[in-house]
Amino acid sequence: MNNNSFLDYYNIQDLNTAIHEALLSVMPQWLAILLEGLAVGLLIIVLYAVLAIILIYMERKVCARFQCRIGPNRVGGKGGLLQVPADVLKILTKEIISLKGSDRFLYNLAPFLVILASIFTFSCLPWNKGAEILRMNIGIFFVLAASSIGVLGILLAGWSSNSKYTIIGAVRSGAMIISYELSIGLTVLTMVLLSGTMDIQNIVMSQDRMWNIFRGHLPAVAAFIVYLIAGNAEANRGPFDLAEAEQELTAGYHTEYSGMHFGFFYLAEYLNLFITSGIAVTLFLGGWMPLHFPGLDGFNAVMDYIPGVIWFVSKTFLVVFLLMWIRWTFPRLRIDQVLTLEWKYLMPLSLLILLIMTVCVVFGITL
Amino acid sequence: MEVKKKTAIRSMQYDEFKNNDYLEQMVRDLNRDGAGIILGSVDDLINWGRSNSLWSLTFGTSCCAIEFMALGAARYDMARFGFEVTRNSPRQADMIMVLGTITHKMAPVLRRLYDQMAEPKYVVAVGGCTISGGPFRKSYHVVNGIDQIVPVDVYIPGCPPRPEAFYYGMMQLQRKIKVQKFLGGVNRQEKKPKDMDSND
Amino acid sequence: MTVIEKIQKICPEAQVSTSGDTIVTVPSDSLAAVAEALRNDDQEPMDYLRDIVGMDWSEGLGALYYLESSKTYGRVVLKTVARDRDEAWLPSVCHWWRTAEIKEREIYDFFGIRFIGNPDMRRIFLREDWKGYPLRKDYDMDSNPLNMENEENADDTVEYYLKPDGTVEGHRNILFDQKDFVVNIGPQHPSTHGVLRMRTSLDGETISRIDPILGYIHRGIEKMNESLTYPQTLALTDRLDYLSAHQNRHALCMCIEQAMGLEVSRRVQYIRTIMDELQRIDSHLLFYSCLVMDMGGLTPFFYGFREREMILDIFEETTGGRLIQNYNVIGGVQADIHPTFQQKVKEFIKHLRSVIQDYHNIFTGNVIATTRLKGVGILTREQAISLGATGGTGRAAGWANDVRKHHPYALYGEVDFKEVLYTEGDSFARYMVRMDEIMESCHIIEQLIDNIPEGETRLKTKPIIKLPEGNFSASVETSRGEFGVMLESHGDKTPYRLHYRSTGLPLVHAMDTACRGNKIADLIAIGGTMDFVIPDIDR
Repeated sequence: MNNNSFLDYYNIQDLNTAIHEALLSVMPQWLAILLEGLAVGLLIIVLYAVLAIILIYMERKVCARFQCRIGPNRVGGKGGLLQVPADVLKILTKEIISLKGSDRFLYNLAPFLVILASIFTFSCLPWNKGAEILRMNIGIFFVLAASSIGVLGILLAGWSSNSKYTIIGAVRSGAMIISYELSIGLTVLTMVLLSGTMDIQNIVMSQDRMWNIFRGHLPAVAAFIVYLIAGNAEANRGPFDLAEAEQELTAGYHTEYSGMHFGFFYLAEYLNLFITSGIAVTLFLGGWMPLHFPGLDGFNAVMDYIPGVIWFVSKTFLVVFLLMWIRWTFPRLRIDQVLTLEWKYLMPLSLLILLIMTVCVVFGITL
Repeated sequence: MEVKKKTAIRSMQYDEFKNNDYLEQMVRDLNRDGAGIILGSVDDLINWGRSNSLWSLTFGTSCCAIEFMALGAARYDMARFGFEVTRNSPRQADMIMVLGTITHKMAPVLRRLYDQMAEPKYVVAVGGCTISGGPFRKSYHVVNGIDQIVPVDVYIPGCPPRPEAFYYGMMQLQRKIKVQKFLGGVNRQEKKPKDMDSND
Repeated sequence: MTVIEKIQKICPEAQVSTSGDTIVTVPSDSLAAVAEALRNDDQEPMDYLRDIVGMDWSEGLGALYYLESSKTYGRVVLKTVARDRDEAWLPSVCHWWRTAEIKEREIYDFFGIRFIGNPDMRRIFLREDWKGYPLRKDYDMDSNPLNMENEENADDTVEYYLKPDGTVEGHRNILFDQKDFVVNIGPQHPSTHGVLRMRTSLDGETISRIDPILGYIHRGIEKMNESLTYPQTLALTDRLDYLSAHQNRHALCMCIEQAMGLEVSRRVQYIRTIMDELQRIDSHLLFYSCLVMDMGGLTPFFYGFREREMILDIFEETTGGRLIQNYNVIGGVQADIHPTFQQKVKEFIKHLRSVIQDYHNIFTGNVIATTRLKGVGILTREQAISLGATGGTGRAAGWANDVRKHHPYALYGEVDFKEVLYTEGDSFARYMVRMDEIMESCHIIEQLIDNIPEGETRLKTKPIIKLPEGNFSASVETSRGEFGVMLESHGDKTPYRLHYRSTGLPLVHAMDTACRGNKIADLIAIGGTMDFVIPDIDR
């Protein structure tokens, strides 16, 4: 743990403690914690919404570039910066349709489940040193568990809408996400093995000498690729967007949703993309940890001047861009190919990676 | 009486649109009882959002649909103006561009799609066939004008219209939305289903 | 022994008429025997049924059968008249040519002729509760007002058979039973390329049956033609298959010119051939765009449209239209080519040759694309011929059916080009046929573009044209198959009957054969590679 001074400089743990103590001096503890909880909750929701707007705008611009277009550039000044806020305003004031023949309760519950799962995982992301919202010693395990709630929402949405397209989309999504969670779990386990901890902050801290993708060299790179493929599938994005499959199932599991209910699915899709990338960054690319190489102390010190949050966000957006690139290039897979890919190739491969990683860690063949 | 709401589309001035009388009449009707400042400005904000985020339902029946695809493609790129997304599910669409002839067999389907859409919803009739039956007016199986089936907001004539004409029509729709009233006015264009006979 | 002699051997009372096309009239009793003999002939098997044209001669209803041999490319037309106008029936020929299954339904829908032995005698274009038969001459045009009730489709169908006492009776065939999970794909669906509706019965994700429901864009063009003068009928051809606008109109102009005995100038022939080929490139680029989009890859869609816009620019300068050009007229073309036409076409071809590799890089070699297309949706050569699936679909199965090659028209007899043939018959072969044809079309245009001779671009014709009595026909290779014009004239200024051979109808009919046992996602990909345009099917 050398030259960590600047990492500590950007640490907001002290600030948190100071605020907490200031509140305690004027009110009882339960009220202070309640107020803090409310503030943090509000912060998450605002951050969530802002990030969604940024991501949607980014996707539109990125895909427009790939497609030799300009993309939004008229609404709200230069570059169409206000295009997505306009969409949000529109969707907020749009009618929410209730269907005859649907299961009302489940139909209304489903979008909230999807967004809930997404917010849970979102709160686990390590933004900076000391700036995590949920911290527990089995953090990464919690992420895996919480993200599984999302598929429940998708299945309920498909089932309760009482439509054939939605049920096909939901069943597809169920089969796919449950399969790919295996690969995600195994690759995450690989990295837990390398870091020796399940606590997300400690996983990041363990990369202060060098990022995991360099430390774990070959098996880590392979695990990174497997994780990206599986994570892409988990986020229901192309070429694994079978659950929506616009050209086949009109809009898949959310065909019958309108207004803000549909907006929730839409937001969750983009945030899941961000979360997938965020977890990938945490596990493989050092989270908020600046780029460090052992021996290059001067270089490491310079890197430390850049705050961790900038490292985290920029690395995450880089991975997001990578996933967008894949989405706008590849055609969609077919359901049997998706399952074949997972069960015949990715799962055995990730087991193998886990094995190799174990051997590497046991014999100390890591960098 | 002076009309207050003169809505311009960015870089296209009010006077550049040729047929404004109808919209001016609409503004006069809406402002007859006066409009509150707060409600009015919230209205403007919402209408700004709505008019700049018109997601259309993909509903191409014939030739005009290909021109609509050209409109979405690189040269004309309608994403620039907020028409980025086309939704295939009527629940999520804001407007239905009727692209091509509507026949007797298709008419109930069109009506049903319109009924399935969430409010507020708009209809744009594109091409001669949808406006009047066009070259197929005398046929035994063609609806002579979709206004017999659904209320139409904007007509875009042509066979098929040029992409520029599409733009003119779609911007005319944007301007129309910008002078509507959301709060204190009518948000629904149709009666609520429970006020009508039970219908899907 | 010629075909006509063969027919006369089987059926001595067959009559031959030679006003216009040579037509052999056989009585309806011996139609089945003649059809079987012609189909199974050794030297010249008439295994491709180009089309069946229903007819209402006021004295009786009947049909014309246009046959072709896939071996010698010889053609023959049979004519038969049903006995009784009110209770009209004819024997079905769907045992020999599967394409008759759907074409006989069309005739039943329009004329009310029942076909004995056809397993599926439902209406095809019109609503099931439609009253009357619109193409009969005595049809009351106001008898079916707009009906806004949702249409209920029956799950079973009628098959007619002949009882020993000579009366016709029907029994029911089940299409979908209670246990089937039937999904409606269409009529409003992003990937059916229009308003096609396919009732698809699924077992999990696997397709067990497809029942195409047509007619959502049936505009009654053939009936309208009967009250339009010949120059007026031209306007509607562009709106059939709007991606083959030039070629469709070319066919009709050729048919009328041939009936009038009009010879167009060499310059017109050159212009028409170049325009046809440009249109083919245009259509195939759109095919590429749409196929890739249907398979979920959105970016290549924009590549296809980028190059397509360049063709549209060329069209626009000369014809004034982008999609629908109304360029060919009887006796020539509407206007001479634009001064920069030749230069722009050459520039475009140069550009296309330089970017076509990008298309292949992003899609053809992609591992997802190849695994989704190869070995999927196979149509064998025999199936393709029997189903009458012409164009790229047939050529992908190894059936050499290019009208340009085997019945040359315009300048196709003089230019050098290769008929692109594949043998696999799967989606990938259908895709590759079209991609290769783009290059062949470029090759054809390059041979012609510098040599356009001087000459008249439009012969003067009278505003009212009267054709001699008789049957005339012409066929061209459009972007997606053989398009035929079948015209019967009674010497008036309007056609007595003007029928178009739809290129897409057999392709839609082939969907059931090609898709069974595949997945829903394959249905979309197969539909994309079949490349049908719905307004051309429904007419």
